[in-house]
Amino acid sequence: MDRSIYARLDDVTLSFGEHVILKNCSLDIVRGAITCIVGLSGAGKSTILRLLDGLIEPSNGHVYVDGHDLCHTPERKLVDLRQKTSLAFQFAALLDSLTIGENVGLPLREHTALPDEKIRHIVDDALESVGLRHIYDSLPSELSGGMLKRAGFARAIVTRPELVLYDEPTTGLDPIVTNLITDTILRLRQKLDGTAVVISHDLHSIFRMADYVAMLFEGAIIAYGPREEIRTSTNPFVQQFLTGSEVGPIPV
Amino acid sequence: MRLLERFGDRTIAFLEYLGGIVSLIGESIRSLVHAQIRFAETFVQSYELGLGSLLIVLLTSLFTGMVISLESAQQAVQFGIGSLVGGAVTYTSVRELGPMLTAVVVAGRVGSAIAAEIGSMVVTEQIDALRSMGLSPVRFLVVPRLLALAIMLPLLTIFADIISIVGGMWIAQAYAHINPATFISSARQAVGFDDVVKGLVKALVFACIIAFVGCYQGLSTRGGAAGVGRATTSAVVISIILIFGTNFIMSYLLFGAH
Ligand SMILES: Nc1ncnc2c1ncn2[C@@H]1O[C@H](COP(=O)(O)OP(=O)(O)OP(=O)(O)O)[C@@H](O)[C@H]1O
Ligand SMILES: [Mg+2]
Repeated sequence: MDRSIYARLDDVTLSFGEHVILKNCSLDIVRGAITCIVGLSGAGKSTILRLLDGLIEPSNGHVYVDGHDLCHTPERKLVDLRQKTSLAFQFAALLDSLTIGENVGLPLREHTALPDEKIRHIVDDALESVGLRHIYDSLPSELSGGMLKRAGFARAIVTRPELVLYDEPTTGLDPIVTNLITDTILRLRQKLDGTAVVISHDLHSIFRMADYVAMLFEGAIIAYGPREEIRTSTNPFVQQFLTGSEVGPIPV
Repeated sequence: MRLLERFGDRTIAFLEYLGGIVSLIGESIRSLVHAQIRFAETFVQSYELGLGSLLIVLLTSLFTGMVISLESAQQAVQFGIGSLVGGAVTYTSVRELGPMLTAVVVAGRVGSAIAAEIGSMVVTEQIDALRSMGLSPVRFLVVPRLLALAIMLPLLTIFADIISIVGGMWIAQAYAHINPATFISSARQAVGFDDVVKGLVKALVFACIIAFVGCYQGLSTRGGAAGVGRATTSAVVISIILIFGTNFIMSYLLFGAH
């Protein structure tokens, strides 16, 4: 596989029972770039991130991440591979038996030999970068949805992984925090040369951070390209999605 | 044809279940062999499930010992064999009822809690989050619970045995005027140290059943809050059936074959 491609969905088909979610879907994730995936609610965007993280297997086709084929790989091996990738879940998915600080520091405590003060320091920094302070000792049940989401975001970036998958990182957040999160994603990419895949419905922040944009519709990527190309695309599906119009090829 | 098809489906589902449990056991053993044990979590779990179950285990065993004594003492005294009551109570407690009742109580209390906790972690994607961080849910959640049960269930069984014998002794004296010295010497004759050990071996096996079934039901939860409810119920039902079944087999192997 070309060095410039960090991850790839290769002709992936995925169905849950009778329900086909992805159909012969292919997508390249460029190394060191931010790729945004857009699409209707329920189109299968989160499913793509779960495939890239090796949490689920496609019914057909292959998923490659950094040269490794994630399919037919035993869970034990995947556990190691996943340390280079992290997923910021759509609904945070923090462990509710641990405090926010313990949650965010968990990957560091489990995978590194860093001393506790150092971990505390890194965790505080990560929380700060998403605008959270003074919640180190709070339990997840004591926070609002938006705060949880940001803590989940902090947990995903705390180990500085090569590939970060962000599932709707700004949905449901106020405009100021949305900007802060967008800045953080951009800063991480510049500082660490990391690769990112971002799912978002927020066109403003997409066109601020994306290097590439992919549009998912009816189980396949129907448009893909550098952000300017997508912004000015004449593809009627893309046009309708970007303008939010009710008339067009996408049925309402 | 329909019937055959349904039978086939059931068989496949059963084999899948069996395969799932076996691979869970395998992964737990691998984790144990590699000494990947989270001691703090194991300690917390032991403390919670041990102390949390103690009172209810003591109460059920106390009343069980009392009722065996009540039933046997009256008859025995009538037939002039009152001196055998101590043996009867101790024999049934140590070999059968102590391990069984403790396991059933703990399955209801702890097995269900394990399935509910892990099940709700599945539906809120916490298990996926663990896997995503490169942490094995087996090492993280299953092994500490397994160890905690393997330590605490035999201990609880010892308490259950003792309190059941004490309860029986008390009723024998109060109700049939069998004095404690007679009761104890009869108990000593009827039950040896090896019986106690065999009873504890049973407890250990029951602990594994409760832990694996509870964890497996939790991990295979599907479908939101209702799914968690189903996982909890089936964890209790399946482990209780398995406890009764294996108890019979173990009694046969440990006590019956000679
Ligand atoms: N475990 C599952 N079992 C059955 N169907 C599922 C499962 N997970 C997802 N689906 C289905 O797959 C489809 C895609 O789900 P997915 O979560 O990927 O959508 P999405 O594009 O992320 O939507 P949203 O923007 O609303 O988050 C949905 O129709 C959903 O019903
Ligand atoms: Mg989604």
